[in-house]
Amino acid sequence: MTTSQAARPRRAGRLGEWWNNLPRPQQWAALVPIVVLIYFLPVLNPPLLTTEPYTNFPIAMVHAAELAMVAIGLNVVVGQAGLLDLGYVGFFAVGAYVAALLTSKDSMLHKLPYLATLPLAMVVTMLAGVLLGLPTLRLRGDYLAIVTLGFGEIVRLLATIVPDLKGQVGFQAVGHPPGTKADGSPIFAANNGTPWYWLVVTLIIILLLFVGNLERSRVGRAWVAIREDEDAAELMGVPTFKFKLWAFAIGAAIGGLSGALVAGQTGFMNNQNFSVAFSVLYLAAVILGGSGNKVGVMVGAFIVSYIPDRFTNLSDRKYLIFGLFLVVLMIFRPQGLLGARQRLLSRGRQAYQRLIGRGEQISSESSVAPSGEEGRPA
Amino acid sequence: MHQLAFLADSSWITFDVDSFRQQFWDNTFNGLTFGAIYALIAIGYTLVYGVLQLINFAHSEVFITGAYALVFTLTGLGFSGSPPGLGAGALIADLIVAMLAAMLASGVIAVVLERVAYRPLRNRGAPRLAFLITAIGMSFTIQYLFFIWRGASAEPAVIMFVPTPVFEVFGATITDQQLVIVVAAIVLMVLTDMFVNRTRFGRGVRAVAQDPDTATLMGVNKERVILLTFLLGGILAGAAALFYVMKVPSGVVFNGGFVLGIKAFAAAVLGGIGNIRGAVLGGLLIGVVGNYGQTLLGNAQWSDVIAFVVLVVVLMFRPTGILGESLGKARA
Repeated sequence: MTTSQAARPRRAGRLGEWWNNLPRPQQWAALVPIVVLIYFLPVLNPPLLTTEPYTNFPIAMVHAAELAMVAIGLNVVVGQAGLLDLGYVGFFAVGAYVAALLTSKDSMLHKLPYLATLPLAMVVTMLAGVLLGLPTLRLRGDYLAIVTLGFGEIVRLLATIVPDLKGQVGFQAVGHPPGTKADGSPIFAANNGTPWYWLVVTLIIILLLFVGNLERSRVGRAWVAIREDEDAAELMGVPTFKFKLWAFAIGAAIGGLSGALVAGQTGFMNNQNFSVAFSVLYLAAVILGGSGNKVGVMVGAFIVSYIPDRFTNLSDRKYLIFGLFLVVLMIFRPQGLLGARQRLLSRGRQAYQRLIGRGEQISSESSVAPSGEEGRPA
Repeated sequence: MHQLAFLADSSWITFDVDSFRQQFWDNTFNGLTFGAIYALIAIGYTLVYGVLQLINFAHSEVFITGAYALVFTLTGLGFSGSPPGLGAGALIADLIVAMLAAMLASGVIAVVLERVAYRPLRNRGAPRLAFLITAIGMSFTIQYLFFIWRGASAEPAVIMFVPTPVFEVFGATITDQQLVIVVAAIVLMVLTDMFVNRTRFGRGVRAVAQDPDTATLMGVNKERVILLTFLLGGILAGAAALFYVMKVPSGVVFNGGFVLGIKAFAAAVLGGIGNIRGAVLGGLLIGVVGNYGQTLLGNAQWSDVIAFVVLVVVLMFRPTGILGESLGKARA
């Protein structure tokens, strides 16, 4: 145990080490109060944290949660697989339009219940991700960046040009989940953030379980290998194209889901929400928090969403602030606030030690393997 | 069945083949004019990419800085929304002064960008993703500095001269404006090509592009070459600013460079990034094809969509662009 602790990079931090050494049930137990606290944030409206009187606090929290979901999706693409996607807002837009087209009275399509459009939005954006990925994922990283940037622009332009997508006029009265209060007004109203917040946070927890399991699986290992060195991964027998496509598709689906949620929550969707600037803001959230680290990107998303809501006099300068932030961050802390780079190294070290027959001594196994599989130090 | 009706609805996408056929040559020449502007900007992307393997996302802001400097200079010289009644000599002198101002502004901002943002990263041996993110961050920083300074609306239009038809080719009129832009841009591109291929400095640029370490060992000052590359790209972007404002007098707005920059970068990739002649070819192609798409589909914004679709299609079949990569080897 001591050997591997000494071998772990210092930057991993004692807190992270301690956390990863806890047995899984204890981790769950520790998480429960935190999750409960997060759930009750909009109701508690804590005095220092509150964004009022500038922004309604539950609404601000919904914004933060929505951006956190976007960041989790983008993190799969950028953080896990290392594919720089500058058109992520395109997937977000596709999801939002699926929800709007299928629920708004302004659309000529069949109407579906709102909740049914959520999985549909995921499927459609997943297809969009695969369609975009098939020709472009064979390109090298830089080319991929420009092509995805182009994709984001194309989606936005199509929303503007194609008459049935209504451009700036947009879709009014996008659907929302069913349910009415005692006085007959809908629970999920655009001006009532709390139920939406609970819905989004619940979905985020489900997504975290899903993405976390993927990360710890063969797929996740393949992604990290691709991120660190694509050529080497290919040589070691990782079908890189297939796994890149998977990352793209899963990331896209999560982006589509958050788009559909945002469309439902605001109740209105037009072409103004999908400029490249948003892609960059999403990227800023991921990079700021620490790309590759799920908790990190959620923290990043919270910061990126919370600061303009709290300090509204800054909100038209947010692009300036986050642009500068990216530049400074890249110089002084390129791994983000909560980095995740060292995980792969520790995995490599564990593999090596297992190879030379000292597998039982590894301490930080719980950060890598699913719980209860490995011998854990008492 | 509603879904099918949705797709077959005539308002979905319409092809206007008739006006495309009628305006084919007009479109071609107009597209070449825009293409020349894209090409000038694309050279800036390609030079930096050739030397540093970096997509300089902030190059579009280098361009728009030049455009702002140009508009300010011209306004200072008495230009406004109506064409000035100047003689040819005075007009050309004024335009050259304004172009030099734009080149200066763009060149300075490009060099500052290199020193402030990219050099610290190079000194730390940062990964390539870090450079790219820095470039995006700088792009936004400069954009929104202009936004705070000049607001969200475009600068008032500056008209230099009214385009007058000079002669006709295939039934399409060629204006003096188109001639000026295309000829001046071609002269600049040939000069750049000669500079990179024939001079001592240019040899340094090519050497660093091929192998930075060996070039350094052979006595090439790598830092100076990089600085020179950014400066050269900036100067060309300043020139492009003149032609852009000539063509689109009220197009100078804080984010006006962004889409133009993306298209210029697409042009550079299309022709083969790192390759000056490729950038020129790609720029002209993007300009012309975008114009065709615009007429065929009946909305100016289609030109951007078409440009990207062409880029993706070309990359599928020639992953390194039409003429291939590499500044060092592109001498044929």
